[in-house]
Amino acid sequence: MPVKTIEEINERILEGKAVVVTAEEMIDIVEENGAKKAAKMVDVVTTGTFGAMCSSGAFINFGHSDPPIRMTRVWLNDVMAYGGIAAVDAYIGATELSESQGMQYGGAHVIEDFIAGKDIKLYAESYGTDCYPRKSIATTINKNNVNQAFMFNPRNCYQNYPAGTNSSDRTIYTYMGTLLPEFGNVTYCTSGQLSPLLNDPEYRTIGIGTRVFIGGTHGYVSFQGTQHDPGQVRMPNGTPASSAGTLALIGDLKKMSTDFIRAATYEKYGTTLFVGVGIPIPILDEDMAMKTAVSDKDIYTNIVDKSGKTSFSQAVSYQELRSGYVTINNKKVPTSPLSSTVKAREIADLLKTQIKKGEFLLTKSAEGLPTDKKRLNKLEVRGY
Amino acid sequence: MKKIKANLTFPPSKVTFPLMTLLVREYSLEVNILNADVRLNKTGKLVVELLGDEKNIDDALEFIEGQGIKCHIFNGTLSIQEEKCIHCGACTTVCPSHALQIEQPDFYLTFNKEKCLVCGLCIKACPLRILHLDHRESEE
Ligand code: SF4
Ligand code: SF4
Repeated sequence: MPVKTIEEINERILEGKAVVVTAEEMIDIVEENGAKKAAKMVDVVTTGTFGAMCSSGAFINFGHSDPPIRMTRVWLNDVMAYGGIAAVDAYIGATELSESQGMQYGGAHVIEDFIAGKDIKLYAESYGTDCYPRKSIATTINKNNVNQAFMFNPRNCYQNYPAGTNSSDRTIYTYMGTLLPEFGNVTYCTSGQLSPLLNDPEYRTIGIGTRVFIGGTHGYVSFQGTQHDPGQVRMPNGTPASSAGTLALIGDLKKMSTDFIRAATYEKYGTTLFVGVGIPIPILDEDMAMKTAVSDKDIYTNIVDKSGKTSFSQAVSYQELRSGYVTINNKKVPTSPLSSTVKAREIADLLKTQIKKGEFLLTKSAEGLPTDKKRLNKLEVRGY
Repeated sequence: MKKIKANLTFPPSKVTFPLMTLLVREYSLEVNILNADVRLNKTGKLVVELLGDEKNIDDALEFIEGQGIKCHIFNGTLSIQEEKCIHCGACTTVCPSHALQIEQPDFYLTFNKEKCLVCGLCIKACPLRILHLDHRESEE
């Protein structure tokens, strides 16, 4: 039975009366009062995550030079950006590496430097056309002299993710960090009970058009993310047993802050971007109160062998992962997070404050995310 | 008195050699094993802290080298650009001495200088590259 609508919650926010709590605070509230009463007490639950999200990048429109150029190949601080779109538009992806510095600097670093207000070296080439005669340009850009710059991330906020370990006899370097030989450590990377999509596991409130906190400003869910896989096996509480839903997010790069967007290099893997995201969840009814009260002990993932040597897989709860150790083959193995709990909490708290102050209103999604059971396609190697 | 931290690499033929006993008995050193990876017929590794008279330590090092055991002394200090740390934890489990830790309930990174071997393993594990060795390691 519905308890309240998003419109009613927004009215309460504007009146300064909304009760807003973080996803961690909600656990105790539901434990003490039950979901039915909690649904009446609480209007909004805020979530947060701050992890490495490779599928991130930004569109920039540089403005036209005189004479103009239809940029075909574009470099920002020696990092190639995709120029196969209109004349002075380009997309800089987080994982593209610098042609002069290699893995020490990549698209992610260009994005962080841009947000920090630094000048970025732009070099572009073209074949020249009658309408765009210029064949090359070298200049600098920054967030004050470009037209638009918006982050558009095709895949963020993975709803759960497998933890990584290494069964082989040598250290391996992966996007799950440095993994020590013979099950020497385990790394995991979601914010568990604080994670946006784990608090709305069936996408009842988060959908296309949902306003979110991204990188220090407000942005939107623009679509299901790439590799969105709602058909993943589910636990009785609705959370997926491994990776499942994803979100494509959009937000104004010029308004972002390096407090919530950070460039990173994983050794021998490459560059990636830490993106801070927070999504408010309206507590429409008892079911949403229940869902947002999910805690680390009830969220599971599997530990997989990133060396590819074995098909090792072991189910584990986030409570175990976050205790610092898990047991594999009767051996105590240390665990480390890769996404920041400190930052995830900071985001959930900040979002809570903004909503309480009436600076952030909730949105009704324009369309829900897919919930079909069809699983992801595999890429067949057909050979030519 | 002098204290050093060193990484000893044993060739497979020396893995059963009772080095620690000899260091204690013949050179009057206090030996603290910080990390060990020793298996029969494989190259073995020991990270040790040695405490004793300066001369005894020097003699012991000479003896160790004489046995064909490679000795790498760690010196310098590890520095963290704390204001840039995002507390992601990627550096913690690669640390052999548990000097770097992220723990419940607050999940802030903590660094225990006393425990640090200055081995440098954490440096490349940090995705933000904010860990540095202040002095270069020297080979002995
Ligand atoms: S240098 Fe880094 S990895 Fe090595 S002991 Fe010190 S803190 Fe740990
Ligand atoms: S890996 Fe780097 S950023 Fe992450 S907790 Fe360690 S020092 Fe901080």
